[in-house]
Amino acid sequence: MKYMFKYATQRILLMLMTLLIISFMCFVLIRMLPPAPLEPGDPHTAVIEARRAAMGYNKPYLVQFGIFLRNIFTKWDWGISDKMYFGREVAAVFAEKLPASMIVNVYSIVLSIPIGIALGIWAALKKNTMTDHLISTLTMVVISVPSFVYAFLIQYFLSHKLGWFPFLMKGGTDFFTWEMFVSMLPPVMALSFGVIAGFTRGTRAELTEVLTSEFMLLARTKGLTKAQATIRHALKNCMVIIIPSIFGEFIGILSGSLIIEKIFGVPGVGSLYITSINGPDYPMFMMLTVFYTAIGLLSGIVVDISYGFIDPRIRMGSRK
Amino acid sequence: MENKYMNIPKEKFSFVQRGDKMHDEKFKTKSRGYFADAFLRFKKNKSSVVAACIIGFLVLFSIVSPIISPYTIKDKDKMYVNYAPYTEGFSDLGIGILDGGVIYQSYSENQLKYLEGIAQETGRDPLIKILDTFEEQEMKRGQIVTKTYHKIRVNKYFEKGIMYMVFSEAEYDDIIRFEQETGIRVIYPYVAPENLAADNLSKDKKDTLTRFYKDNLNPNLWYKVTDDKGTPALDADGNFIHAYHLNPKSTTIPGKEYTGIRVEGDDGTFIYSAQKGSALQCRIDYYSYYQYKNGHAPQYIFGTNNMGQDIFCAIGIGARFSLIFAICVSAINLTIGAIYGAIQGFYGGYVDLTMDRISDILSGVPSMITVSLFQLHLAQKVGVIPSFLFAFVLTGWIGMAALTRKQFYRFKSQEYIMAAKTLGASDWRLMFKHIFPNSLGTIVTSCVLVIPGVISSETTLTYLGIVNLQSFAGTSIGVLMSQGQTSMTTSPHAMFFPAMFVSLLLISFNLFGNGLRDAFNPSTRGVDD
Repeated sequence: MKYMFKYATQRILLMLMTLLIISFMCFVLIRMLPPAPLEPGDPHTAVIEARRAAMGYNKPYLVQFGIFLRNIFTKWDWGISDKMYFGREVAAVFAEKLPASMIVNVYSIVLSIPIGIALGIWAALKKNTMTDHLISTLTMVVISVPSFVYAFLIQYFLSHKLGWFPFLMKGGTDFFTWEMFVSMLPPVMALSFGVIAGFTRGTRAELTEVLTSEFMLLARTKGLTKAQATIRHALKNCMVIIIPSIFGEFIGILSGSLIIEKIFGVPGVGSLYITSINGPDYPMFMMLTVFYTAIGLLSGIVVDISYGFIDPRIRMGSRK
Repeated sequence: MENKYMNIPKEKFSFVQRGDKMHDEKFKTKSRGYFADAFLRFKKNKSSVVAACIIGFLVLFSIVSPIISPYTIKDKDKMYVNYAPYTEGFSDLGIGILDGGVIYQSYSENQLKYLEGIAQETGRDPLIKILDTFEEQEMKRGQIVTKTYHKIRVNKYFEKGIMYMVFSEAEYDDIIRFEQETGIRVIYPYVAPENLAADNLSKDKKDTLTRFYKDNLNPNLWYKVTDDKGTPALDADGNFIHAYHLNPKSTTIPGKEYTGIRVEGDDGTFIYSAQKGSALQCRIDYYSYYQYKNGHAPQYIFGTNNMGQDIFCAIGIGARFSLIFAICVSAINLTIGAIYGAIQGFYGGYVDLTMDRISDILSGVPSMITVSLFQLHLAQKVGVIPSFLFAFVLTGWIGMAALTRKQFYRFKSQEYIMAAKTLGASDWRLMFKHIFPNSLGTIVTSCVLVIPGVISSETTLTYLGIVNLQSFAGTSIGVLMSQGQTSMTTSPHAMFFPAMFVSLLLISFNLFGNGLRDAFNPSTRGVDD
């Protein structure tokens, strides 16, 4: 446990350092761009100029970055949107968009992980039969095809031909009404295909390996039935790999998928990102950059550390 | 038994091989190298072979389709926008494909008559099939009226029918020459709004109708109508009554003399054009006009998109770019990654540690952010494509470097390396002459697996509109799909064909790559025998 703690601390510190470096690089790149031009005669010119001066637009980049960090740490001030949500705090707009992404992603994970694992187990138990080949081929196909193709298929067949679902997700913030749930299902489904396929492939690969290992033979010789041996020994071992990836997936729920959110009109983080690029709205873009980087790094760490917690045999950072 | 061999006299012994040379028996089989071995194993994997064939076909398609298509990517037909697949020969066969067919959910009797009118005048029947007929009851002025509606399949190319178009006199003469040469009728008798009202209507009503049709000019009306919904006035036999402008009456619209093909029942009194300033306005059949303009009938095997581009050609153009781009990215990544990983793996120690940190930091940058940053930054300075390429390369080589590094750790402590070192081989020679070839199989394989990833993200980015390649490549699969998305319900073909192409390409690339990996990975050797 002591090693674990040390390892975790090390990793987190390293992650913060990486995050800082990446943020700085992106920050400089963004600040090097000419700021969004102001229309001549814009009544807000004076305010915007003053604000830019406060952000240190005329100072060296390192100083600007310092001001940026200071504002975040002291006031949680990520800047003020200068294009799309004119005059609003970037952090507030972001917080508004987060729930929609999260809920769609949570539904998708809750739906897809059990299905994915179940299919994977089924395929592994029926290894080299028709069932296995069918599941493996389908998994392969689903993983290869980009997600907007599913989005198209879902929109065309389920929304247009059959008329079961609306084309776009309902607006508003009543996330737990029935109507909202129905309108969320198309993006949830489109997101789920890939996750299901990923978990099916992972589970199948892991479980087939475990099933052929020698302790399974031992378990059978001790007199366990196949079902008992599979559930008690094989599944437990295979979960060592699966569960960390579930954790990783859960971190990912925050980020939202750019493409699915755009197609189904989910008012989430992904669509915010696209509009912030097309805007261009630099303070928004900067915040989202930091956010996405942090999410990516964090999910990597969570996966690595959870290995240690789940399987005590895996001791990381104890090389010396 | 045993005694039998106990006392063998000395002279009975003789040497077996004194005098001749001892050799190992020569192999009767042909020797087989590493790659030949891998190829043999690859051939056994049927799905990969099929995938390789499909890739070959798709690559061929992307090379050939822009060449054999009668259109280029710059041809944008403003009239045929989002039209379904159509070619001339197939539509006559009546097998339901390539007939430009779209389904209209509810068409009234009146609208059917309208289609019949087009069919009668142009000789091309837009109505392919009546799929379903149903009755609906409506309240109209306090009475329940039963109306019949049809679900029909219509050839959109034929439904376009007649249009008003303005020509210069030279063009007009040219069209007439075309008519005389080919026997295809392009110009149809002129109809003015005041001709449309049926003769038996009151003058008041006629005036109202004339005014209505002046504002809502519908070139496909060539028959007398009784109301503003285009209900035809029929004669005693139930035929249309033509509303063509007749010469003797014409004082208001003198056109130019017409020497082309005249319609049936024309006794020389129909006029075919109207003077509009210095130009001539005619009613032309757009389909025939298209033939006059392009020398062939419209041929859109995959239909057209919302820009009026030929999707068949556009997919080829987009796929060419995607493939070349992906191969470039993968080759550059391979080069950088191999050199970086080789240095890391070969020297180890602090060099390895430092370089690992650098790649760690770079790999933390989400690729979406790299691409958008480079687009904002470099696109104006060095162009869209280089900055796009650079964005992919910036983080793309890391995987390749890790792979090479692993291979180098595996091989660098082996005896033959030690031997080479003792003989005085330089580091560079050790790395790339002795160690690198060992890891070539693995690296090439992962190079192939990089390609679908690059194509997929390239498609995604162009689909989202974050990267705009249209000025450079003409179009891309992602752009085609986002164009198809806008009119998905009415013309699903515009989305379907690009989506199918890219899905097929990615699936086969992944299958092919997996097959290669299995073939090159010696650990699976003998498993399937």
